[in-house]
Amino acid sequence: MRKLLLYLVVVSVGIIYTGRLSYLQLFNENKVATNFLNDSAIKTVYDYPERGFVYDRNGELLVANQPSYDVMVVPREVENFDIEEFCKLLNISPEEYEENLTKAKKYSWRIPSVFVPQMSKKEYAFLQEKMHRFKGFYIQKRSIRNYQTSVGANVLGSIGEVSNADLQKNPYYQSGELIGKTGIEKSYEDVLRGIKGVKYIQKDIHNNVIGPFENGIHDTLPVNGKDIQITIDSKLQEYGEKLMINKRGGIVAIEPSSGEILALVSAPSYNPNLLVGRQRSKNYSELHYDSINRPLYDRGLLAQYAPGSPFKTLNALVALQEGVITPQTTYTCHHGYYYGRSNRKMGCHCGSGKRNVINGVAKSCNAYFANAYRQIISKYDSPREGMNVWSNHIKSFGLGDYFNNDLSTGRKGRIPTGDYYTDQYFKHDRWHVLNTISNAIGQGQVELTPIQLANMTATIANRGHYYTPHIIKKIDGEDIDDPHFTDPKYTTIAKKHFEPVIEGMHDVFSMEKGGTARFLNVPGIEICGKTGTAENFTIIDGKKTQLTDHSIFVAFAPKDNPKIAIAVFVENGYYGARWAGKISSLMIELYLKGEVTLKDMEKLVLEKSLEEEYAKPLSGKPFTINE
Amino acid sequence: MNREAKFVKKIDWFSILLYFLLVGIGWINIYSASVTEEPTSILDMSQLYGKQLFFIGSSIMLIILILSIEAKFYERFSSIIYIVSLISLLGLMVLGKNINGATSWYAIGSFTLQPSEFAKSATVLALAKYLSDIQTNINYFKHQLIAFAIILTPPLLIMLQPDAGSAMVYMAFFFVLYREGLPAIYLWIGFLLILLFIITLKVGYIYTIIGTVILGLICIFYVFKKELKRHRKTTLALTSLVAAISFILAVNYIFYNVFQQHHRDRFTLVLGLEKDPDKLEKIRKTFGFNTNQSQIAIGSGGFWGKGWLQGTRTKGDFVPEQDTDYIFTTVGEEWGFLGSSMVIFLFVALLLRILHRAEQQKNKFSRVYGYSVAAILFFHFAINIGMVIGLFPTVGIPLPFFSYGGSGLWGFTILLFIFIKLDANRINEW
Repeated sequence: MRKLLLYLVVVSVGIIYTGRLSYLQLFNENKVATNFLNDSAIKTVYDYPERGFVYDRNGELLVANQPSYDVMVVPREVENFDIEEFCKLLNISPEEYEENLTKAKKYSWRIPSVFVPQMSKKEYAFLQEKMHRFKGFYIQKRSIRNYQTSVGANVLGSIGEVSNADLQKNPYYQSGELIGKTGIEKSYEDVLRGIKGVKYIQKDIHNNVIGPFENGIHDTLPVNGKDIQITIDSKLQEYGEKLMINKRGGIVAIEPSSGEILALVSAPSYNPNLLVGRQRSKNYSELHYDSINRPLYDRGLLAQYAPGSPFKTLNALVALQEGVITPQTTYTCHHGYYYGRSNRKMGCHCGSGKRNVINGVAKSCNAYFANAYRQIISKYDSPREGMNVWSNHIKSFGLGDYFNNDLSTGRKGRIPTGDYYTDQYFKHDRWHVLNTISNAIGQGQVELTPIQLANMTATIANRGHYYTPHIIKKIDGEDIDDPHFTDPKYTTIAKKHFEPVIEGMHDVFSMEKGGTARFLNVPGIEICGKTGTAENFTIIDGKKTQLTDHSIFVAFAPKDNPKIAIAVFVENGYYGARWAGKISSLMIELYLKGEVTLKDMEKLVLEKSLEEEYAKPLSGKPFTINE
Repeated sequence: MNREAKFVKKIDWFSILLYFLLVGIGWINIYSASVTEEPTSILDMSQLYGKQLFFIGSSIMLIILILSIEAKFYERFSSIIYIVSLISLLGLMVLGKNINGATSWYAIGSFTLQPSEFAKSATVLALAKYLSDIQTNINYFKHQLIAFAIILTPPLLIMLQPDAGSAMVYMAFFFVLYREGLPAIYLWIGFLLILLFIITLKVGYIYTIIGTVILGLICIFYVFKKELKRHRKTTLALTSLVAAISFILAVNYIFYNVFQQHHRDRFTLVLGLEKDPDKLEKIRKTFGFNTNQSQIAIGSGGFWGKGWLQGTRTKGDFVPEQDTDYIFTTVGEEWGFLGSSMVIFLFVALLLRILHRAEQQKNKFSRVYGYSVAAILFFHFAINIGMVIGLFPTVGIPLPFFSYGGSGLWGFTILLFIFIKLDANRINEW
């Protein structure tokens, strides 16, 4: 036994140590071995490429870059220093200092976090030479946006610091990096961003750089972001935003032959430069919490309105296609349409008389379209079946669903089906076509966004097909070739049925035919359009209250070989020709002629403010509408 | 067959092979740990790897010298060597050079010499000489005291430097004494005291005393029932109990009042005494930094290791004293589990080989000497690697043959090769 003791001890120590080594090297979960990125001896340094520029359809530069300087912090490396002086230099309070540092620590002790974002070059120059005194802090140069325009904020969007959700979704991003948050910055993030370069640097215990890790074999070079050209005509966009000052609503203009979005105006808007630089978060909060004007809300894409009378053109087309009317079919209007057992009345302002499809459109006769709509639905055995057929026709214009295009946001709108009425609206099968008669004139359950309405107009302009509206024109100088954007999508309506409807839309501007927009002609341009006046309601103190009608207008021009299709919504602007029609004519003239000759009309629109109108429901006092 | 040829045949080439393997692997790792961005000649004497190469070269001279001296010389002159060694330790108080707070070196020009590294060989010689004396009987208390005095005088002097790590190694001699017949009671007492020490720190002295008393009373009760000579045994048991309680109280007092914080922290880390994770983290960050870093570095090696000169943590000097006490981390990081377990295997093989050869000695002097060599090497190996892989409190002693340092390498070389000489000579006439 005495002889054996040391033998045994030696062997058991050997076994225990080998076991401990296997634990450390083979089974330890937080071992660094699997990935050198987890090794704190290796520092990852990123080389950020320049973000791609954005040009408009005419090659005008809209968005460029400017350098910005973020103060970064690595909490682990922070040492004691004069906090008061540091705060003074950064122009922050000691409370903010603590708050930001706590936030950074929460994210990571050893990965850098942004401490103070987006300082200007001037601030940077001042701070740079003093930075070495504040261990744990350093300045990271980044490239932020420099907007060359003050308009199109909703289209261009903005970039901002990645959120935690982004970080979890996409491992490409590191805390503090910038990502497209809205608009094209969001939808073309991958194109514009490029790919950052990575360098792995070997460091020693004192954080000194020794050299590249493994001679840089893991390093990558940055790939620059690509420039893009968008379909927006910045002059038209700017003019549209100008016309919409002091009004709310949206304008969407599309080139029918390509689906390219020429203008996408949402009012009220804001200057995109507000979301750049150190004031970004302050400005953003102000915009975000403005619940009255909602400047961040893109009405052109998101606001669902009852389309009103422009929708009649679709009902006319469906009726023609279904064969329930011909261009010669007439209905007589008795200052309205009387229906049902109790003889309810849907009023009409067309002036009564015999109407066919052409002057029905031109004069926007409610009675004519109520008749036509009823014929369509009644053609089938049940209103449910009839409505489903009707709905399919309407949806073939790209309505009632997402476009799935390259805009960062959008809404489906609503085109009701027979099933919708049975299953969700009435919740029984005993409803009658007359229960849904408002759809005939674009009220009722139909809802569209301005861009959908513009697409509908473009489809009519194309006599039966459309191209999915999109915002991208060229990437890196190359024309886009996405078939989703370049292939036409055909409606269920035969081409020949479009002519009478277009004729009617043309007569909308006709003096002799008494069209609803006869005072809105643009000299030298054959415009086809349709006015719309949509009733709308709000809830005040729990009571449904009617507000001044929305002013709506759709148009395309020229009549043959159309170059522009436009939809204009002016909230509470009263009847269609009043504001929306004028804005539409001015926009068309500017786009087609390059200048505006209708100076009186322009002046009228520019000087009009609807703020008073918008203040009414908030005033708490009784008010009158449609003055 | 002439004498020389016999000698060559009898010499233990296997041990020598293991020795050179360990020294060679050690140098490769010292090179990796100390080489800078632009490597210079391996003979560059301004670099650690250059110096170590010089030490290895001079060690070979030492080996030739040791092997060519008559084996009888070592036994005959052991007392003188021991006394010279003690004088060299004493001389440090007058002529010693203080490096890092310990007066352990003689400085001769730019070279320093650490006499405590040589004192081990001297002590082994003296102990072997005393135990092999025909008149010595280790069962006698008086002889035990003399043996203890031989063993404990050098570490006492070393403690004065102070160099607790080097002093601790002398505990290895208790294995030798036990092998040579020291009553087992010493070993048991030692074992129990260590156990009591750990338990006291782990569960607190109050619980330990209560436990000890209960256990002691059970023993006494048992003795009372069974034994005839109960009176004497009861007295003994009671004395032991009182001694144990005093020991517990002493441990408690010394740990919390005599030890300094950094001493306490070593035990805190290894025994897991601190429950508060924040404080534990703080101790890790400050005091346990070396061990923590060395474990991270070793862990980062994985199975295959990162390859020679590829260790990011070695290159980054994340582990302090990596050339010397923490050289094993370089093995772990760059050569992985494969390399580090190989090194452990080599050490175990060498130790077993020495033990085996020691047991074969007919001459008691050679046997005690060999056994002592194994015990001392084992202590260094176990404490050093145990510390590096986090199983042992931080104790600053080198890894034999591996760690950078001239005195250390020479000391271990002398220690080992005297035995190889004795071993090769075992059948020769004295």
